[in-house]
Amino acid sequence: MTQAKELTKADFVSEGDVKWCPGCGDYAILSSVQTVLPTLGIPKEKFCFVSGIGCSSRFPYYMDTYGFHTIHGRAPTVASGVKLANPDLSVWVVTGDGDGLSIGGNHTVHMIRRNMDLKVLLFNNRIYGLTKGQYSPTSEQGKVTKTSLYGSIDSPLNPLSFAIASGATFAARTNAANPKHMQEILRAAAAHKGTAFIEIFQNCNIFNDGAFAKYLNKDTKAEENLFLEEGKPLLFDGETKGIVMNLDGNNPKLTVEEVDPDKAGVSKTGKKFLVHDPKNEDHTLAYLISYLGSISDPENPAAMGVLRSVDKPTYGDVLNAQEEQAVSEKGKGSLKDLVYSKDTWTVKETANA
Amino acid sequence: MATKDQDKEQLHSVTIRFCGDSGDGMQLTGTQFTNTSALFGNDISTYPNFPAEIRAPQGTLAGVSGFQIHFSSNNIHTAGDELDVLVAMNPAAFKTNIEDLKQNGILIVNEDAFTPNNLKKAGYIDDEDIFAPYESRIRVYKVPITKMTLTALEDFDMMAKAKERCKNMFALGLTYWIYSRPLDSTEEWLASKFGKKPEILEANIKALKAGYHFGNTIEAFQNTYEVPEAKIQPGTYRNITGNQAVAIGFVAASELAKRPLFIGSYPITPATDILQELSKYKNYGVKTFQAEDEIAGIGSAIGSAFSGHLAVTTTSGPGIALKSEFMNLAVITELPVVIADIQRGGPSTGLPTKTEQTDLLQVLYGRNGESPIPVVAAKSPSDCFEAAIEACRIAVEHMTPVVFLSDTQIAIGSEPWKLPDLSNLKEFEYDFHKDPETFAPYKRNELLARQWAVPGTPGCEHTIGGLEKEDITGKVNLSPEAHEHMTKVRAEKVQLIASKLPATEVLGESKGDLLFLGWGSTYGAIRTATEQLQAEGLKVSQVHLRHINPLPNDLEEIMRGFKQVVIPELNLGQLSMIIRSKFLIDAKGINQMNTKPLSVSDLMAKAKEFLGEL
Repeated sequence: MTQAKELTKADFVSEGDVKWCPGCGDYAILSSVQTVLPTLGIPKEKFCFVSGIGCSSRFPYYMDTYGFHTIHGRAPTVASGVKLANPDLSVWVVTGDGDGLSIGGNHTVHMIRRNMDLKVLLFNNRIYGLTKGQYSPTSEQGKVTKTSLYGSIDSPLNPLSFAIASGATFAARTNAANPKHMQEILRAAAAHKGTAFIEIFQNCNIFNDGAFAKYLNKDTKAEENLFLEEGKPLLFDGETKGIVMNLDGNNPKLTVEEVDPDKAGVSKTGKKFLVHDPKNEDHTLAYLISYLGSISDPENPAAMGVLRSVDKPTYGDVLNAQEEQAVSEKGKGSLKDLVYSKDTWTVKETANA
Repeated sequence: MATKDQDKEQLHSVTIRFCGDSGDGMQLTGTQFTNTSALFGNDISTYPNFPAEIRAPQGTLAGVSGFQIHFSSNNIHTAGDELDVLVAMNPAAFKTNIEDLKQNGILIVNEDAFTPNNLKKAGYIDDEDIFAPYESRIRVYKVPITKMTLTALEDFDMMAKAKERCKNMFALGLTYWIYSRPLDSTEEWLASKFGKKPEILEANIKALKAGYHFGNTIEAFQNTYEVPEAKIQPGTYRNITGNQAVAIGFVAASELAKRPLFIGSYPITPATDILQELSKYKNYGVKTFQAEDEIAGIGSAIGSAFSGHLAVTTTSGPGIALKSEFMNLAVITELPVVIADIQRGGPSTGLPTKTEQTDLLQVLYGRNGESPIPVVAAKSPSDCFEAAIEACRIAVEHMTPVVFLSDTQIAIGSEPWKLPDLSNLKEFEYDFHKDPETFAPYKRNELLARQWAVPGTPGCEHTIGGLEKEDITGKVNLSPEAHEHMTKVRAEKVQLIASKLPATEVLGESKGDLLFLGWGSTYGAIRTATEQLQAEGLKVSQVHLRHINPLPNDLEEIMRGFKQVVIPELNLGQLSMIIRSKFLIDAKGINQMNTKPLSVSDLMAKAKEFLGEL
């Protein structure tokens, strides 16, 4: 054990200026992370922040922890090596919609499916900020940017659906403009044993201002945010509406129905509202919930909170167990055995005199 | 070369190539002949040659797989130029290999496989007498290997196909008889492999013996031969391929560095064996990580280096192209990681199973910015052990990525390895920093190596990254002064490695008419040519480079002691370009791009041409 000294937020603030644009959503994320870390009971030297390239990826420079600002899209690979080499560390990957889903999409899939026990913060601002305003893989179709003067042609990715389909054991969404909720989610991610993927709605006030305004506006936020709570029905808009499951032909579909004011937990058409169960082993429902309110489904509210949190052995745990198994079966290897092990023969001095 | 000893003729050296369809078991046959010869006491050198396709259509030219072994009562350094014996299991194997058989050499073919259908597949007319053009200059033995094998296994209750599969053992037995080899080591090996399948074990042994007795019984072979034991340095030996030796070298380096070994890699021919080999060593504390691609392979290795492991990644040329951006990250973050490049034929996918030395300029210069990376090259299969340790030593002691170069010929070729006295291996000396009072991320020692402090160390928290930085503190700094300074420091740090290198070894006189300067797998051929030219009284010497970046400090003086510097390479002149530009020495190249190892006779002929011009 290291120090008995109680850690505070100030222990995680690096010296030097933070260089994001004034008003950037990244500031709030940085502050929330610095607020949460000292409460986790982990010694400061055990934190390591690994990032790729982009505005979000400057994050490690602003943390007074171990940090590695790597190359575009590849943070998951470096973070995997850091974690496998030292399983005691709390390793955090900071990435963005371009870094994590475009150039680094491949690595994101594998980091998730292997359950590497990394904490992943994906700042989603639906734009390329550091290169000054081109459409990203989460930009809405038809978005006009400097490289899509007639509107972008790509269909957007939904980060949470992507993560859940890749086998995420923990997937959550929060909003940089809602620090209280964000800190709750960060704590839940830190407590999860396995890769924890968090999509953070983050406003780029320079190149994509207002992308998430409807989740924050006084008039619309109640009907646009579906806050998830384990064991509670999926209700929103002051518990006047909720989510029910319908079958559209063979296709399961989540739809919004109004709450029957006379009957608790039932919609006006008599349907039961879904009850949130993040521990459901089957990821189908979590996938459907992740899709709600996505760019391709703007009619519905977006789920905010922990969509999925299930137990599964981590890659590192299994790797170490295999090492122990090999040692118990074969004994701890020595270099001498390795070099001298196989089909050797000896040439004697006298034989060739 | 040969002396008559009643009915056994004594030979000094023999080169045999077994070839057939890729499913015919030729690699196994060759390996068995190798092990038997090594145990017998010959010096050996081998070179397998297989197709890029795992199982190309049966009987086709594309599907021919070969295994060449050179065994001798002398010390040898190559797998042999020309063949004394060619064993061809079908017409395609015959067609693709016959030109390598020397005058009066022995051709053994499996007569049963020379059917009209197989002849057509090999591009012959179905009733063509394909041996006729050769019969005057070689000795042709048509042996019904398939039929004889099936006959020998008549009493076995096995499918005909399974019986036929034993025909490689028949061929092996026959060559054992011709070269007076004992059968016991192969019998033991078969017993260990098929111990749980007694029927198959018995069938293979029966076929092996049938081949051996066939040679004995039939009078077609007038002579048998003996290749006596070689005068080999006393010691304990094992036969080893280059890739195996690299894997063991990394484990040894991990012990010398006192850091656990981490390998992050993606399978690629011909480097895959190293990852596979290390995967067996979990009980040595080796962590192997098969990543999702080449980039993730080196990325994870760099991450493990940041976390304090001895980090390696293994690949071939196309993988280097993908890893380049990460190699640069290791350059600027000054982290120790070894990138093993087992070269193959290029460009692009090129010739995945063939040998070349064409990645030298790529690993030296194929990155953006001024990006100095040390380069270490292995010269033979067993040499990979020491070269791999040397690459790791430089990485850790100088805090830098290092490229380790091998190639297909070294990687899959084998030779006896005189096992080292492990107590002579020197531990690595470096600053694994734990004291926050004296720590700064880019604080350097006299070799300009920076301090290595890893996550988990209290008080040494710091962030590194790909942006330019200021020295000592490591803080991001993009100023003109910082960039100029750091560029020069990175270059000087690599150059300083040369100050620690031992004097360069010269084979032969240190002054003379012609210096062969080489690197990598050409070592054996160049050495043999050098020794033979010296024996003819010519003033020829050899220098073979272990370190290509930085070059040894004494190299220039050595080169200037010769009237001519000749650089043989399996490329169009990559080391030549470096030597010429760096030293303004008019080095001449001997360059070959036909996917084959250099031939000794070619080297000798060309050296004489150069000498004639003097």
